[in-house]
Amino acid sequence: MTAFVPSNILAILPEILLLSLGVLVLVLDPFWKEENRRLNLGWLTAGGLFAILALSLAVARPGAEPALVFGGMLRYDLLGFAFKMLFIFGAAITALFMMDVEQVGRRAEAYLLLLVAALGMSLMASAADLVMLYLAIETTSIPLYILAGFLTGDERSTESGFKYLLFGALTSAVMLYGFSLLYGFSGETSLYALAASFPTFSLLALGTIFLVLVGLSFKVSLFPFHFWAPDVYEGAPTPVAGFLSTASKAAGFAVILRLFTVVFPSLSANWSLILAVLATLTMTVGNLIALAQKNIKRLLAYSSIAHAGYAMIGVVAFSQLGAASTVFYLIAYILTNLAAFGIVTAFGHVAGSDDVKAYYGLSRRAPTLALMMMVAFLSLAGMPPFGGFVAKVFVFAAAIEQGWVWLAVVGVLNSIIGLYYYMTVLKYVYLYRMEGEEEEKHPIPLSRPYAIALTVLTIGIIAVGVIFAPWFGIATGAAMNLF
Amino acid sequence: MQFPILSVIVFTPMAAAMLILLIKSERKNEIRVTALAAAFLALLLSLWVYFSYDKAAAGYQFVEKYNWMPMLGISLHLGVDGMSAPLVLLTGVVMFTGVLISWGLDDRPREFFAFLFILASGVFGVFASLDLFMLFFFYEIAVFPMYLLIAIWGWIKTREYAAMKLTLYLFIGSVVSLIGALVMYWQSGLHTFDMLALEQAAFSPGFQKLWFPFVFFGFAVLGGIFPFHNWSPDGHVAAPTAVSMFHAGVLMKLGAFAALRVGIMLLPEGAKSWSWLIMGLALVNIVYGAFIAMVQTDFKYVIGFSSVSHMGLVMMGFSTLTRVGLTGAGVQMFSHGVMTALFFAAVGMVYDRAHTRDIPRLGGMVKPMPLVAVAFIIGGLVSMGMPGFSGFVAEFPIFMGIWQVRPLVAIIAAISIIVTAAYIMLVIRRVFFGSMPAEFEGHIGPVAVQDKVALVFLCVIMIGLGLFPSLMVPWVQTGVQHLLSLLGGA
Repeated sequence: MTAFVPSNILAILPEILLLSLGVLVLVLDPFWKEENRRLNLGWLTAGGLFAILALSLAVARPGAEPALVFGGMLRYDLLGFAFKMLFIFGAAITALFMMDVEQVGRRAEAYLLLLVAALGMSLMASAADLVMLYLAIETTSIPLYILAGFLTGDERSTESGFKYLLFGALTSAVMLYGFSLLYGFSGETSLYALAASFPTFSLLALGTIFLVLVGLSFKVSLFPFHFWAPDVYEGAPTPVAGFLSTASKAAGFAVILRLFTVVFPSLSANWSLILAVLATLTMTVGNLIALAQKNIKRLLAYSSIAHAGYAMIGVVAFSQLGAASTVFYLIAYILTNLAAFGIVTAFGHVAGSDDVKAYYGLSRRAPTLALMMMVAFLSLAGMPPFGGFVAKVFVFAAAIEQGWVWLAVVGVLNSIIGLYYYMTVLKYVYLYRMEGEEEEKHPIPLSRPYAIALTVLTIGIIAVGVIFAPWFGIATGAAMNLF
Repeated sequence: MQFPILSVIVFTPMAAAMLILLIKSERKNEIRVTALAAAFLALLLSLWVYFSYDKAAAGYQFVEKYNWMPMLGISLHLGVDGMSAPLVLLTGVVMFTGVLISWGLDDRPREFFAFLFILASGVFGVFASLDLFMLFFFYEIAVFPMYLLIAIWGWIKTREYAAMKLTLYLFIGSVVSLIGALVMYWQSGLHTFDMLALEQAAFSPGFQKLWFPFVFFGFAVLGGIFPFHNWSPDGHVAAPTAVSMFHAGVLMKLGAFAALRVGIMLLPEGAKSWSWLIMGLALVNIVYGAFIAMVQTDFKYVIGFSSVSHMGLVMMGFSTLTRVGLTGAGVQMFSHGVMTALFFAAVGMVYDRAHTRDIPRLGGMVKPMPLVAVAFIIGGLVSMGMPGFSGFVAEFPIFMGIWQVRPLVAIIAAISIIVTAAYIMLVIRRVFFGSMPAEFEGHIGPVAVQDKVALVFLCVIMIGLGLFPSLMVPWVQTGVQHLLSLLGGA
């Protein structure tokens, strides 16, 4: 056991700051007047998160040598750090989106829960011990259950929160059983010590992997544990759905990457085939069902299921490039999907509907919003010069490098299906007109938080898609900690 | 360090598109003038590239290389050779005339020109790319705006269907090629997407035979090869005039060119063993396309299918893998681009005034629009391959090339010349001559100045190239020389 080292504080600096911000939000809340609350809370949270992001990037960057800190509970490495920055960024954008949502934007609890969830995710990304990992996962999940059901007056939101809780509790229990078996193999809880004594092959070992995978599949909405996603996204407040589909999913992938490459490498031949099949099913099921959706939030839910499949391709490849491409995919995906959900939030706030048909004539009602929507959706579809294109090419390249040509072909075919339904939405936006109405008389004003957040995201999507080398450099740095 | 002319060409339309998006949408004239200025600049630059290409030195020129992503060997590597220089020029020409023709467009011209220019950037990028990754990057950029251009501004009856069909076809084609390209990347072991390096990778013959069809036919979808040509006539017809010009004039060349550059140049052994298939399919294109064109009653479908037929000749030229055949194919890409742009421009002008494209209902158009009639006839002569026009310079070597390889195919393909002559003359007679139906009397307005400039410009190019083949053939020959060296001596 390592003793407490003050310099280790840097390893958890983002977490400490997140917690402090949360406390600050709670303390300041009662002093503000009702009418100022929404703006003050939102700007405090978002601004604070951006400040944490900047501060962490400035002082808390890990060195080249990864280190186990706090008695081996956490690992201070670039993989964890890169993911933390992603989560904090995602939370900051989500805080901006939450400001204008009735009943959410005025409540300090909502922001606090968001911050605690981000804290949990950060710990998930760097956890190096089974106990820590489980705690982190629960710290993430519980605030998210509440956030999903935050609109207590709305039946669908309540249903959403409850459904999420039931699914989450069940899968988490199964995963915990898997963890206990892992402990049983070696008598160790540290992931890095576990790896040494993990058996090369036995049915029990494979079964353990399965059990652990159940919980993580739920987090990233991998087939067949994806059923919750559409219902939860549809009912939850839209910014929360956006957060669930991006940061929460990325957190799941951070754990998957670490567990599968660090603890289970001896069985990689077995699990990569299993994951390849799951990725195939996830992509295909997600995309095919998305084709039939009439509600944009459900459509995005199925699309985000499909994207988990694409990101999984990089894990299947089980190589440094594969892990890097998954990280890169998640960077591009978080930017893109947050933008998509942000646009849906902004639109739904004014139009009062999440029906795809409500988007008729959007390009005339709000040309800029329509253009941003096009950027986001084309990036989801994998078109250059947006982030989604490069990200897809990298995961396919990683798959082909390791001989998974069929998986790349499946991915490619799926992206064609994806293109179809994304384009269908764009068709409504650009081609169709509102029935019997002058579109110009129904503008969609963007309030300042949305304008800032969406501009940042749009620029980000293009920046990742065009100047991809630095981002891929980060992803590679993160992946090097695994191999 | 020389002036980075190719990157300037590639990014000029993109920059212009951004600029246009910043102009307020009500100020339509400013938008048009900006668009025209940008297109003119691109034309001048492409002329400069074309004429300052050193034929004696041959090879890739104006080469620029910026490391984009060294970890995976991706670089922004631009350069043109004798094969692509004419195509860069073609893009400049079609872009310029396309803007002129679209002067009267009144529905959201800002977005129209912006999307058109983004597309043009992609096209320039593909022609100038020497990096496989960047080629795909630009290729996809060129494909998508087409969807919006057709779906928003196209012919109301079929635009949604045609635009979706086109985009899906082309996207499927490109991703199939992408898989092939990624396999090549890993197989080569060079860790670079640089095509100049991959040309020398010497893939094993078995590998080449296996992957050539994926790469070649994936791109050839955009080249309109049978049986994947289905999207093209529908797309041409549904598109607004300038987009049809771009689409048939430049975009189909994009497919053919990428199939040549990535398919034949990187996998020459594969090309040799599959050339029979390309030839067979191209033959179907040529003959079947011509016959279908003959029975169309929609003016624009006639031209649409004639493109299928003529693109077949390009593919046929590729499939010969001989010096004359490839040279002919190279010139044909340019000649057909100009010709078909002219055809679609003329069709658009007739349609804008008569509001119908139904051939039996048209007639006597020569009187109100004599210049359009003359231009269409010149285009028709090019299409038939008459000596003295660019079509002859292009088609004659192709037929010579096929004759060297398979005389029987040459004979069958030659049928298309007669059929082409038949449908072109039929259309000319029915649309431009004969008596004008009473409903059009006095309703057919004159043709605008910009339209006239565009038509004359295109005609001059076709006649100039026909009379002075040395203005293009030597360029293409240097490109073919390099190709042949990759194909193994010859």
